[in-house]
Amino acid sequence: MIGQLMNLNATELCLGLPGGIKAVDSPARSSVRNKRGFSETVDLMLNLQCNKEETVDLNNATASKEKTLLKDPAKPPAKAQVVGWPPVRNYRKNMMTQQKTSAEEEASSEKAGNGGGAALVKVSMDGAPYLRKVNLTMYKSYQDLSDALAKMFSSFTMGNYGAQGMIDFMNESKLMNLLNSSEYVPSYEDKDGDWMLVGDVPWEMFVQSCKRLRIMKGSEAIGLAPRAMEKYCKNRS
Amino acid sequence: MSEDEEDQSPPPSDLRSQQQQQRPPCSPNKSRNCISSSSQTFPDHVLENVLENVLQFLESRTDRNAASLVCKLWWKVEGLTRSEVFIGNCYALSPTRLTQRFKRVRSLLLKGKPRFADFNLMPPDWGANFAPWVSTMAKAYPWLEKVDLKRIFVSDDDLALLAHSFPGFKELILVCCEGFGTSGIAVVANKCRKLKVLDLIESEVTDDEVDWISCFPEDVTCLESLAFDCVEAPINFKALEALVIRSPFLRKLRLNRFVSLEEVHRLLLGAPQLTSLGTGSFKHDNQSEQEQEPDYAAAFRACKSVVCLSGFRELMPEYLPAILPVCANLTSLNFSYANISPDMFKPIIHTCHKLQVFWALDSICDEGLQAVAATCKELRELRIFPFDPREDSEGPVSELGLQAISEGCRKLESVLYFCQRMTNAALIAMSHNCPELTVFRLCIMGRHRPDHVTGKAMDEGFGAIVKNCKKLTRLAVSGLLTDQAFRYMGEYGKLIRTLSVAFAGDSDMALRHVLEGCPRLQKLEIRDSPFGDVALRSGMHRYYNMRFVWMSACSLSMGCCKDVARAMPNLVVEVIGSDDDDENREFVETLYMYRSLDGPRKDAPQFVTIL
Repeated sequence: MIGQLMNLNATELCLGLPGGIKAVDSPARSSVRNKRGFSETVDLMLNLQCNKEETVDLNNATASKEKTLLKDPAKPPAKAQVVGWPPVRNYRKNMMTQQKTSAEEEASSEKAGNGGGAALVKVSMDGAPYLRKVNLTMYKSYQDLSDALAKMFSSFTMGNYGAQGMIDFMNESKLMNLLNSSEYVPSYEDKDGDWMLVGDVPWEMFVQSCKRLRIMKGSEAIGLAPRAMEKYCKNRS
Repeated sequence: MSEDEEDQSPPPSDLRSQQQQQRPPCSPNKSRNCISSSSQTFPDHVLENVLENVLQFLESRTDRNAASLVCKLWWKVEGLTRSEVFIGNCYALSPTRLTQRFKRVRSLLLKGKPRFADFNLMPPDWGANFAPWVSTMAKAYPWLEKVDLKRIFVSDDDLALLAHSFPGFKELILVCCEGFGTSGIAVVANKCRKLKVLDLIESEVTDDEVDWISCFPEDVTCLESLAFDCVEAPINFKALEALVIRSPFLRKLRLNRFVSLEEVHRLLLGAPQLTSLGTGSFKHDNQSEQEQEPDYAAAFRACKSVVCLSGFRELMPEYLPAILPVCANLTSLNFSYANISPDMFKPIIHTCHKLQVFWALDSICDEGLQAVAATCKELRELRIFPFDPREDSEGPVSELGLQAISEGCRKLESVLYFCQRMTNAALIAMSHNCPELTVFRLCIMGRHRPDHVTGKAMDEGFGAIVKNCKKLTRLAVSGLLTDQAFRYMGEYGKLIRTLSVAFAGDSDMALRHVLEGCPRLQKLEIRDSPFGDVALRSGMHRYYNMRFVWMSACSLSMGCCKDVARAMPNLVVEVIGSDDDDENREFVETLYMYRSLDGPRKDAPQFVTIL
């Protein structure tokens, strides 16, 4: 019985380790508290002779920038990659990566962006002479994005953007008023290739499905409204 | 090539002048008396004019800072005549203070983020924005000619404002910057009719799908230097070719990887006056329709004045011999993006007798370094980067290569060396063989790695470097190091201005040795080392005389940081957190502190706490 329990625990430990040693990409991403909690649990549950070094490795990986306890020079350093070490600039690393991989892979790794998980989309604005790029993962809500876009294109909108806040889809008459005006509204192209008004789906879904942003005059966006409302209603139900 | 060029500079003159203001300065009355004793009849404004005419010849920053301390009159006139201003930390003062102090600035050099930000040790959007600087200068210095920025966030709007505000603008240099794209570059190219230098170096430039090369004006340009190797966007080659043809003063051209070897060939045939060339991609396009391969060597042969070569992205090594015709003249060669084996490398380097600056990947191996040592007797600067920048990678270079270099290149002044294995003996040898060393940066990529032959710490090796290299101003250490190494640094490192420490030391004593011992220390960056509150407090008499201190993943408590902030009101103490906003964190994640004349900045993001 105890032997079986121990085996179960052994399995648990094994499942945990790979997750623990995952390379941590940036300081913002290390969820130190959670992972530390996990290793504490492991300590508590196991009566097995837990390899002290393994526990230390876990701590090392999760609190990747804390001083390692491996002072003994004879032991090899932990396999986990530490943030920013060796100190080679991303620029240089990216150049070398390009040369190591094929052209196709180059394209996809470039799109993935630095640090992984960046959702870079192009933003164009009707009448503005140039495009911008924004990283959607930098924002937490539509309001954040709206503020950022307003700032970015402030010289062109002359205050006609963002004044109304995010579009209120619940109020159809208000929506129609907006779309009849000369105020700017943001629209986006989603994964299906459809152009939609920004704000109709939950934020996280938007970040996943948005491929491109276009800021256009409300009057031009009227054509999008029915579709937007349709998709909105579909998503709601 | 300006990766991490550091200037030898004293504190910004403003601090000295502030100090001078705090002590009662030579008052105008007094100066009148002082001068009148020798020439009683000259009124002040004449003296001012004389001073102005004399001081305008002073170029060195140090000299100017000294001159401005003589008396108030000299302070004022120096402020009127300084045309180039260097600001090592953009948060040390506000743009308004700059424009109030210096009235006729033509050239600004500005540095922003601390260097460790390059290695993802700081979340993005920390700050260092160009916007407040450009908007203030737009009003104050309409005659501005040159802007040189390093690690600054520059937006397209900033570039547009720059292009529109300074009609005589001549030089834009952006090193390790970000925030802008090809659209901003297009505006600069188009509006700055007197543009001589447009250098984009290791910066992140977004591809806005704008043909910026075509935006240069149609007539003959003033261009002398155009560097865009970091722009990750295809360019219009026809427009580039036409631009080069109508730029008779062009001497430096650095292409990006979207320019093929054939295109480089065409450019060279049309621009034989180039002195510095950064090739684009160095591979032959096998799908091209030409029957015969172009004679690349002939194109290089025609460039008799090329002394600096770089680029070689996407290298096909069999085409490397094409550069042989220019090798004998080369003073600077950058192979650091090219994976070249020793066999491919040796025939090339054997002809480079005049080489002074050499950057490469460790793929050339110890063997390649031995070849460098045998040939390049004039070598001043060596940088070896890792092809595989991981802690546990193979490591084709070692102490053998470094030792060979030290024996062959006695004039060496600057070393940056990434390796997996090193010995104290090699460092000791280098310290004796290369007395001219001013910059020594060694990165043993495995953390805490000792001398791989003796198993001892690397203390003696670095100790010898600081002891014997009497001109050393910049040091970066690595490998297994105890407090002893730091004792050596404190005792012998009398000229050290920049010190970089990672995963080193045993206790607070180590940092104390440095803070108490190195009188010229200006820039201190430390990560993942066991230095705590005692060490931090021991340096309080120093911090006003330093440009910055960075300590991340050390053992500093929030309480101690607050104490320092309280005790030193002109020091901005930033604590940069990570996502884990645990109030009960024992230690501060990152401490970044710097002196400032204008108090804490107003643009700090929420993950920065200013104490």
